[in-house]
Order: sequence, then C-alpha cells, then structure tokens
Amino acid sequence: MSGINPLSELEAETRNTNVADATSVLAGLTTHPRRAKRRRSGGFNVSGRFWVAAALVGFVILMAFIGPLVYPFGAGEKVGGLYDNPSATHLLGTDNFGHDVISVLMTGARNSLYNGLVAGLVATAIGVAIGVLAGYVGGWLEELLMGITNVVLAVPAIVVLILISISLQNTSVGFLKGIMGLALVIGFTSWPWTARAVRAQASSVATREHIDIAKLSGARTPGILWRDVLPYLASYIVMAFVLQVAGAILAEASLSMLGLGPSDVVSLGVQLHWAIAFQAVGSGAWWAFLPPTIILTLVSFGLLLLQSSLDELFNPRLRRGKRKAMKAAAERRAAAAAQLQTQPAGLAAGAEEVLA
Amino acid sequence: MDLGRYIGKKLVWYVVALAAALVLNFLLPRLIPGNPVDTIVSSLARGGNISSGQQKTIYEAFMHQFGLDQPLWTQFLIYLKNLAHGNLGVSFASYPTSVNKLVGQAVPWTLALQLPSIVIGWIIGNALGAVAAFRGGRWDRGVFTSALFLSSMPYYCLSIILLYVFALQLGLFPVGGAYSLGTTPSFSFGFLSDASTYYWLPFLSLVLVMIGGQAVGMRSMAIYELGSDYVNFSRGLGIGQRKIVGYIFHNAMLPQITGLALSIGTMVGGALITELVFNYPGMGSLLFNAISANDYPVIQSVTLIITVAVLAANFAVEVVYGIVDPRIRAAKTKEN
Repeated sequence: MSGINPLSELEAETRNTNVADATSVLAGLTTHPRRAKRRRSGGFNVSGRFWVAAALVGFVILMAFIGPLVYPFGAGEKVGGLYDNPSATHLLGTDNFGHDVISVLMTGARNSLYNGLVAGLVATAIGVAIGVLAGYVGGWLEELLMGITNVVLAVPAIVVLILISISLQNTSVGFLKGIMGLALVIGFTSWPWTARAVRAQASSVATREHIDIAKLSGARTPGILWRDVLPYLASYIVMAFVLQVAGAILAEASLSMLGLGPSDVVSLGVQLHWAIAFQAVGSGAWWAFLPPTIILTLVSFGLLLLQSSLDELFNPRLRRGKRKAMKAAAERRAAAAAQLQTQPAGLAAGAEEVLA
Repeated sequence: MDLGRYIGKKLVWYVVALAAALVLNFLLPRLIPGNPVDTIVSSLARGGNISSGQQKTIYEAFMHQFGLDQPLWTQFLIYLKNLAHGNLGVSFASYPTSVNKLVGQAVPWTLALQLPSIVIGWIIGNALGAVAAFRGGRWDRGVFTSALFLSSMPYYCLSIILLYVFALQLGLFPVGGAYSLGTTPSFSFGFLSDASTYYWLPFLSLVLVMIGGQAVGMRSMAIYELGSDYVNFSRGLGIGQRKIVGYIFHNAMLPQITGLALSIGTMVGGALITELVFNYPGMGSLLFNAISANDYPVIQSVTLIITVAVLAANFAVEVVYGIVDPRIRAAKTKEN
C-alpha cells in the first residue's frame, strides 16, 4: 500500500511486490514443529541478522512504551512555537503545533505499533481461519472461500482502505474514528494473502498420515484442526503475522500521510502528514520530519529482517552456505571413497602375502 | 487444457472483482452521514452572505446535478452509464471542472515518473540479485543487506531522506514541484530541461526502491534454483557452469516477469506518497488535495483508475501464464 503492501500494496502501498516476494519465499515450507523447536533451542542457527532485527524492533518498542512514561513533556502539550529549533530542553525542537517532537514521536510510535499489533492479529486470525478451513475441508467450501479471497485480493487494498477511511472519518461511532478503527479496517482488508498461503500449507498437511490416524481414532474435525493441523503451520503463521504487522504499520502511515489518519491521536504517519502539510521540508525544519521517517524505517526494516531471519531458521533450504556444506560433505565422501578404494587393495595385498 | 476455457474462467473472476470494486467505490462514500452536497453548500454559505432561500435553491440544483435526489439504485445505474461513456463526473472542489480534465492533467506526470523508474529499476535489480546469488560471499552480503534495507524501508521514507540530503543539505536539486514557477507545461526543449532538474530526485527515490525489491526477489529465486535437483544433475553430468547459469536464470526469471507486469499495473497507485513528498503534480497530489477538500468524485475516480489498472495487469499476467505454461492451465481448469 504502499503503502498498504502489503500491504500489500500498501502495496500498497506497501509495494505489492514485497508481499508477493515474501509469500513466494514463504510458500513451500512446513517444518515439523518439534524438530524446529529443537533446532531453535540449540541456538546455533540463529543468525546475526536475527539479533540485529531483534535489537531494532526492541529499541523501538522500548522507546514507544517506556519513553512516554519517563519523558517530562506530553504529546499534546504546547511547549513552544512553530518549528522551534532544537534546544537543551527540547532536544528535537517543536513541531508545527508547538508540541515537543520527541514526545510526539514516542507517543506516535506507540500508536503505530499498537495499530500494527491489532491489525496484524485481526488479519492473521481471519487469514488462518479461512486458509485452514479451506485447505483442510476442501470441496465446495474451499471453492467458496478461495473465490472470496481471490476477489478481495484482486481489488487493491489501498483503494478499499482509502474508501473505508473516508467513511470512518465521518462516522458517528466514536472509537472507530481513532487508531482502533483504522487498525480494524486494515486488519479486515489485509488477510487475503495470508489465507491463500495458509490454504496451500493446510491442504498439504491434510494429506499426511497422522491426520488419517487422528481420524481413525475418532477425533472430530475441530480437534484435528487445532491439534494436528495448526501446530504444523505454527512457524509459518508466526512469520505471516510479523509481515502483517509490518504491512499494517506502513498502511497506517500511508493513509495518515494522505490525510485519512486517526482524527484524535498522533501516529508516525500523522506526524509526517502535518510536517508535509506545514512545509517542514521547505522551511528546513529537519527535526519535524526526519525523526518519524527514521523510526518508520527502523520498524519496517527490523520487522522484515526478523521475518527473513525466522524464515531462514525454519526453512533450511534458504540457508546460505549450503553449497559450502555440500562441498565439504562431498569432499568427506570422496576421502572416504578413496580410503575404501585403497583398503581393498591393501586387503588384497595382505591376502597375497598370506597366500605367499 | 483448453486455453479458451481457462481464460474464460479467469475472466469471470476478474469481472466479479471489478463489480465488487465498482459497488464499493460507489457505495462507500455514499454511506457517509450527511451528503457531500451539504459540505459544498455550507462552505459556499460560509464564503458569502447567501439567504436561506438561495441556499435551498443552490442545494436543490446541486442535488439534481449530481443525481443525488434519485433512489440509490438509479444513481448506481447512472454512475455505470457515465463510466461506460468514460465520464468520471464533475469535481466538487473545483466546480465546474470535469474530473476527466483533472485526471488527464495528473496522469502524464505520474506515468513519466513511474514507467522509467519501474523498467530501469527492474533491469538493474535483477542483474544485481542474480550476481549476488552466483558470486556469494562478501558480494552477496553487501548487495543483499543493502537491497533488503532499500526494499523494506517505506518507499516514501527514502524519498524524504533523499529530499533532505540532496535538496536541503547539499542544494543539488530543487526542493519540490515539477517545474519552475512561471513556466507552463509544454513539449519545448526549455521546459523539458527545466522539468528534468525537478525530475531526478523523485525518480531516484523510486528507482532505488525498485532495485532493492527486485534484487532481493531475484537473489532468493536464484539461490533456490541453485540448490535444486536439475542443477545438481547438470553438475553431475558435467555440463559447463555457464550453461547451468543460463538454465537457472531462465527459471528464476518467470516470477520476476510477473513482478514487472504487476508493478506496471500498480504504477498509478504505487507512488502516491512520493508525489506528495516532492509536491509532484501527479495522481498522488491530486488524491491528497481531493481528500482534504472532500472532493468525492475525484477520490472515487482515482481509486477506480488504480483498481482497473491493477485488475487489468493481473488478468494479463494470468492469461500470459496460461499461454506460456501449460501446467498452470491444466492445474487451474482442474482445480476451479
């Protein structure tokens, strides 16, 4: 979406290609959950990338949730004029309303994360529910659900988001006007690709033997779905969730920058919206637009990096250095073969000696 | 197996999607409590002293003009009829300018910015991604990390940073807009060279993001192919490295070509916010202004154009895939 690419598109938005790439990377893996766990607890496959990603995301989370508690100024507090220069009391100056930029930034980041979390949960829940039902049950239900999914997927998410947000801004229902309403809308529009990807996985799990055994032992369908299908998709769902969160944060930012953001609270996108609307760039007030840009970049980069390092953890086929390992294995085999070749010769020689 | 049936089935799905989009596009803005004419009339009333009688006349005239006094389904039929004639309606905010004219002014800027950056970014990105996958090592790490960074930062964030560094700090490019004040758009040399100084920065920001996304995609495709059975088998047969690289490239390209087609489809709506950041007079700025002025006909037209472009590109990709790859055709006709 670009936006909403995810976000697709947000892709939207979010550029659609990002999500498409991610799905194509995601496609075709179901790790045995127990084996994956052992590998994780072993810890030797957690790459440096994972720690960089965790540090980035952790930094933003700390800033967003701890920051407002200890920072002396509130986000809605007028402490200066239009774009006051950074000073000792206000390290990043003030924004167009005269609010302290650091304070707005921290509160905005918190709301953006909150939005991403809610939207990500909603989208993942709907996507997994539809995908698992369609993939496991199959038949007409699958055709119906996937038909709906494909139609929703075909209409660009950013368009639906724009149209719904316009209606939301004028709604009389209070809580829908805020960040919560936006998060729900983003969640309800961004589930299709998760549903499609999960369906493919679920229908492959559905053909495995342990499902037959569960059926034979009299388990009911909901029980099978919960105990025998979902655990096999867990690693997959976690990654899809991380992508959904990233997509939702960007979708919110795109919408807010277009002027369709929550009306009563700040978010990173709202902050950027006002900075652009009040000519912060033209007047050289870098402190008004660079901080939210950088935080948005860090969150987005951190989450996608987290997803890709999790992907590498769960899906050994993507791991780099596989060729090297294969070469080493080939060399070992070659050495063993060479040894085997000399051994029979040695044995033969020994036998000859004995015979002689 | 049957190509005609395959295309027909796909066509049905896309028509359903288009219908859903049209209904959404028509209905959602009309669900807003109070109708858009209220907004115009009240803003008119705020501007000058209009008596309540005049206000009522104006209100009724507008209601009739926009067909809002008709029942909803008649309005929808009128909407469809107008669309079929290529008539996007009349703008509220800059009444009586037609939306067609506003869109006609904005689209060329967006296309001129997006089409070259998508095509050039696609070519460079794929080349970089393939090289990174084949060479591995430090090359791979450098290219992959920077490409991942570029593709996973929001595209407008890169725009803002580039604008700050190159226009504000270094002063190499103008800060925003598409041409100097006082010049009028034309195809003269003077105007084009003036516009090109404004063009570089938005272009650069879009092209870099495109390179990043494509390089990441191509790299992972190529790595996936590098480990596949046919590559191992070819190696085992002693086929030359160069030839194997050719095979890999061939197979890794197919999804990338889809990516190109889809990017071209999302072209109109793909860089709305970059245009905003650079104050570039394309579809993004048009949408932004329409949103701030509650100009529903313009908003609806922009969203409609984005939808139609995306649907058309998706449909084209599916048809081409069906022609190129018989397996998809067979699977799809069986599956659906």
